[in-house]
Amino acid sequence: MSGTASSVQSSVSPVPPSAAGRQLLAELREIVGEEGLLYNADELLVYECDGYVVEKKIPDVVVFPLNTDQVVQVVQACNRHNVPFVPRGAGTSLAGGCLPVGGGVMITLTRMKRILEVNLRDRYAVVEPGLVNVHLTQHLKGTGFHYAPDPSSQGACTIGGNVATNSGGPHTLKYGVTVNHVLGVEVVTAEGEVLELGGAVEDLPGYDLTGLFVGSEGTFGLCTKVIVRLTPDPEAYRTMLGVFETVADATRAISSIIGAGIIPAALELMDQGIVEAVEEAYHFGFPLDAGAVLLIEVDGLEVAVGEEARQIIELCEQEGAREVRRAETPAERQLLWKCRKQAFGAIGRLSPSYCTQDGVVPRTRLPEILEFIAESGSRHGIRIVNVFHAGDGNIHPILLFDERNPEQVQRVMRASDEILTKCIELGGSVTGEHGIGVEKLSFMSQLFTPDSIEVMTRVRQALNSGGLLSPGKMLPTAGACGMEHIERSHPGKQAAS
Amino acid sequence: MSDEASPHNQSASSEATHSAAGTASGGTLAVLPSATGQQPACADGPITAGSGIDYGLFLDCVHCGLCTSACPTYLETGNENDSPRGRIYLMRSVVDGRLDLTESVSRHLDLCLDCRSCETACPSGVQYGRLIEPFRVDMQRIKAAESGKKSSWFQRLVLYGLFPYPRRLKWALLPARLMQWTGIDRLARATGLTKLLPRQLQRMQHLLPQLRQPAAQLPEVLPAKGTRRARVALFTGCVADAMFSQTGAATARVLQANGCEVVVPRTQACCGAIHYHSGAGDPALALARQNLESLLSDDIDAIIVNVAGCGSMLKDYGHMARELAPDDTAQIEQLEQFAAKVRDISEFLSELGPVAPTGSLPLKATYHDACHLCHAQQIRSQPRELLGLIPDLELVPLAESEVCCGAAGSYNLMEPEMSDRLAARKLQHIVDTGAEAVIMGNAGCSLQIQAALRDGNHPIPVLHPVDLLDLSYRGLPLSTITGK
Ligand SMILES: Cc1cc2nc3c(=O)[nH]c(=O)nc-3n(C[C@H](O)[C@H](O)[C@H](O)COP(=O)(O)OP(=O)(O)OC[C@H]3O[C@@H](n4cnc5c(N)ncnc54)[C@H](O)[C@@H]3O)c2cc1C
Ligand code: SF4
Ligand code: SF4
Repeated sequence: MSGTASSVQSSVSPVPPSAAGRQLLAELREIVGEEGLLYNADELLVYECDGYVVEKKIPDVVVFPLNTDQVVQVVQACNRHNVPFVPRGAGTSLAGGCLPVGGGVMITLTRMKRILEVNLRDRYAVVEPGLVNVHLTQHLKGTGFHYAPDPSSQGACTIGGNVATNSGGPHTLKYGVTVNHVLGVEVVTAEGEVLELGGAVEDLPGYDLTGLFVGSEGTFGLCTKVIVRLTPDPEAYRTMLGVFETVADATRAISSIIGAGIIPAALELMDQGIVEAVEEAYHFGFPLDAGAVLLIEVDGLEVAVGEEARQIIELCEQEGAREVRRAETPAERQLLWKCRKQAFGAIGRLSPSYCTQDGVVPRTRLPEILEFIAESGSRHGIRIVNVFHAGDGNIHPILLFDERNPEQVQRVMRASDEILTKCIELGGSVTGEHGIGVEKLSFMSQLFTPDSIEVMTRVRQALNSGGLLSPGKMLPTAGACGMEHIERSHPGKQAAS
Repeated sequence: MSDEASPHNQSASSEATHSAAGTASGGTLAVLPSATGQQPACADGPITAGSGIDYGLFLDCVHCGLCTSACPTYLETGNENDSPRGRIYLMRSVVDGRLDLTESVSRHLDLCLDCRSCETACPSGVQYGRLIEPFRVDMQRIKAAESGKKSSWFQRLVLYGLFPYPRRLKWALLPARLMQWTGIDRLARATGLTKLLPRQLQRMQHLLPQLRQPAAQLPEVLPAKGTRRARVALFTGCVADAMFSQTGAATARVLQANGCEVVVPRTQACCGAIHYHSGAGDPALALARQNLESLLSDDIDAIIVNVAGCGSMLKDYGHMARELAPDDTAQIEQLEQFAAKVRDISEFLSELGPVAPTGSLPLKATYHDACHLCHAQQIRSQPRELLGLIPDLELVPLAESEVCCGAAGSYNLMEPEMSDRLAARKLQHIVDTGAEAVIMGNAGCSLQIQAALRDGNHPIPVLHPVDLLDLSYRGLPLSTITGK
C-alpha cells in the first residue's frame, strides 16, 4: 500500500465495512494518496503495539502524512467522522503510548523527518517530528554542537516522540530532560488548528505553553515541528568505571560525589546480574564478582575535568571501591557507553522474557529501594537485576521470567506493582521517563490527589475537548468512546532504557 | 472495524508446537522437510511458510524497535511493515496462523535486502538472517507449487546458469566488451535501444561497469616476496573474477608484497551464495564441497577472499552444512574447518600486520561499508586502517556509510524500484563528501555504485582497497587504473 508496494492488492480484510468508514477512507485517500495509507489487516497488524506488548489493538487505518497541512486535514476528517486518532513516531514507547484505544486512525509521522534549519550562531535547529534522534546528532557532527537529550533508544526514537514523552537519558543528570532543550513547537490541535508555541528566542512572556505541551504524551495535540536547542560539545570528557563490592557501597559513593558539589554528566549503576549479561555480549572486561559498577562521566573544560575526575576517584575509594578504571581512549569510552546503552537488550541473553520497570526515588533513598527490590524479588521468587540512572534516582529494575509460565507472570506483575508502590511511598514516582501511556494509568490516583487530577482533566478538556485525540491515555478519566481500559494480564516481554 | 486481538495465548500455544517441530531431529519427525532443504514442497502437501523455523528465534525479539532506523527499506518508506521488527512480526504472525501469506505480506518480505543491518543494531542478538532466509525459501517453494514451475527463466538461465561460472560469464561478457570498446553501448543507452531487452537483462546491461582489460589468468602458485610469512589460498569468485579480474591480480600482488605465498587453485568454484539464498540447497552444498577440496589443505594458513558477499558465504559453510545435512557430521566438521580459515583480505592483512606501503597517492577518497563486510562479518576498521597507511591518501567520512546501496546480490535485478532509491541515496552521500574516489570491498556494491555514478554524470572511480594498496606498493600513480 505504502511506498513501493503500491501496486499490490492484498486479499484479507476488506476495507472498513461501514459506509461511514468507507467515506472516511476515501477522504483520507484524497489527502495523503494511496501511498500514504494502510487499511488492510495484513498491513495493520504490526501497528497493534509499540515497545509495550502487553496490550494490543489494531488501528483501523494508518496514515503517513508528509506535511503539517496533511496532518491538519487528517485531523479534521477524523473530527468530521467522530473517529479517534493517535499519533505515532518510531513506536519505541514502553508504556503503550501508541495503543489506538478505541481503534480509529493512527497518524504515523515517520515520513516527516526533514531537518529544516540549523542555526549554529543562535544555537537552535528546526526539525520535523519524525526525525530520528540520532540522525540529528549525526547531522551535527563536526559543527561543535549537539542535541543533548540522549535516551538509550536514540538510535530509533523520533524527536516528536521524545517531545511527547519528555524523554531523558544518561546525560539528563547534568543537561536536563527534553523540555529543557525544546524552544518551541508547532502543534496541530485536536480540532485541527495549527499553533506555534514558543520560538527560537528564549524567555518569551506569557504562559509557557511549550512546557505544557512537552510530556503531554500526544493528548494535547500532534507536534509537527520542533525548535530544539543546540548545546556546544564539551571540550573534554573523563569516563570512569568504579568497581564496588556491594550495591550499598556504590550508592554511598554516588551521594558523596554529588554531595561534594560535582555534577557528573552521567552517573549510571549496573549491578552484578546486568554486568554478567553485558560482559557476555561485549567482553569489556567487567569484573564478574563485583556487587555493582558505577559508570561515571564528567565533561567540560579540559582543566576542570581532570580535577573532577581525580576527586571522584578519591571519593569512590573512600567509599570502599575495589578499583576505579578509566577509559583511556575514545574507543574505550564508546565501548563503555555501548555496554550501558545496550544493557537491556543484552539481558535477552539471560532470560527468555523480561520486564523493565521505570520508577524514581529521591537519590538518598536509593539504598532503601534497592534493598526492597531485592527483598521483593526473593519473596516472589523472581530474579531481578538493576541498571539505572543513579544520579537522578531513576531506577530500572528488570524482572526476569519466562512468559510461557503464567503463574510466574502473575508473580512478576505483583512484584512490579509492589516496587512501584514503594517508590511512591519513598516520595518518588512510577515513571522517570517512559511515561504513563496506558501501562501506568492505574497509578495516577496514587500519585496525585483527586484535586490535582481534576485540574489536569480540565486542562486536557480545554485542549482536547472532544476526547478524540489519544483517548485512554495519561489520565484515568480520559477514556473516550466508552472504551474501558483493557485489563492487564501479562507483562509481556519488553526492553527499556 | 478490526477486532481486539488477544495474541498471548495464541503465541504461547503455537510456540509449544513450533518449538517441538523445530527441535525435532530424529524419530518420525525427521522425515519432514527441513525449512531450507531440497525436498520439493508440493509432494508433502501444502506448507506453512516458516513452520520449520525454530520458534525460539522469533521469541528472541522483544519488540523494542531499536532496529527500525538501521533498516534501509524503513528509512525509505517509514512503514513498519518494511522494518525488521515489522518483518519479524509478519513472519511470526504467518507461523502463528494470525495472518495468511498474502501478496502484500510477501511484498514486504521480498523487499528485505537481507543486508543484516538489523542484526548489528539489535541488542538482543536476534538472528534475523536465520528467520528471513528459510522463510523466503518456503515462500518460493509455495509460489513454485502454485504456478507449477520451479523458478523463472531468468533465475534458471541467468542467475544459476551464468553467474556461478566465471568462464561462461566471461564469454557472455564478450559482446559487452565489444560494445563498450566500439562505443555502441553508449549509443544504445542513449537511444533507448536497450529498452527492447527484457527488463532484467536491461538492468544487468545497465549495471555493467566500464570493464577494465581483463587480467591474465593468475598462475597457480605465486611466490612470497622476501621472507615467507604465510601460505594462503586465494578465492577468486565468479562475478568478481569475470568483471574485476584486475582486482584479483592486485590482491595476489598485495599478498605477495606482504610475504605470502599465494596459491590459486583452478578447481575452485562459485561460493554458492546465489543458490543458497534462493533455496537451491543441493547445488550450494555441492559447490561448498568442491571449494573444500580445492582450497583447503593443512599447509594453508588462510583462505583469502576479496569480495564481501562471497566471504560471508564461505564463512557460513559450517552453518549451511548443519542446516542442510545435519546428519553428515564429517561434512559439518570439514566445512567448519574450512570456514574457520576464511579471511577477508583486509581482515587478514591487519591480523598479519601489514607491510607499510610507501608509494604516494595524493587523493581524497571515501569508504563505503559493504553490508556483507560490516554487518555480516563485522569488518569496519581494518580496511580503513589499511587505507590510512597509504601516504597522502585522505579518507573522508561518508554519511550513512553502513546503509545498503541497494545492490544486495540479485536484489538489484529483482526489486529495481527500491534498489534505485537506495542507489540514489548512496550517490547523494558520496557526492556530498567531495571525494575523488570511492572505495569498497564488494563486487556487487561496485557494480551498483558505478552505475549510479555514471547515471548521475559523476566521473568518480570506484575502487577496492587492494587496488590502491597495490599501486602504493608498486609506486604507481592512480592513472594506472583510471587511465586519467
Ligand atoms: C530499549 C529502549 C530504551 C529506552 N530508553 C529510554 C530512555 O533512556 N529515556 C526515555 O525517556 N525513554 C526511553 N525509552 C522509551 C521511548 O524510546 C521514548 O519514550 C521515546 O521518546 C519514544 O519515541 P518514539 O518516536 O518511539 O515515540 P512513540 O513510541 O511512537 O510514541 C510515544 C508517545 O508519543 C506520542 N507521539 C509520538 N509522536 C508524536 C508527535 N509527533 N506529536 C504528539 N505525540 C506524539 C505517541 O502518541 C505516544 O504516546 C526507551 C525505549 C526502548 C525500547
Ligand atoms: S529485532 Fe532486536 S532490535 Fe529489533 S525489535 Fe526485535 S529485539 Fe528489538
Ligand atoms: S536485513 Fe536489511 S533490509 Fe532486511 S530487515 Fe534487516 S535491515 Fe532491513
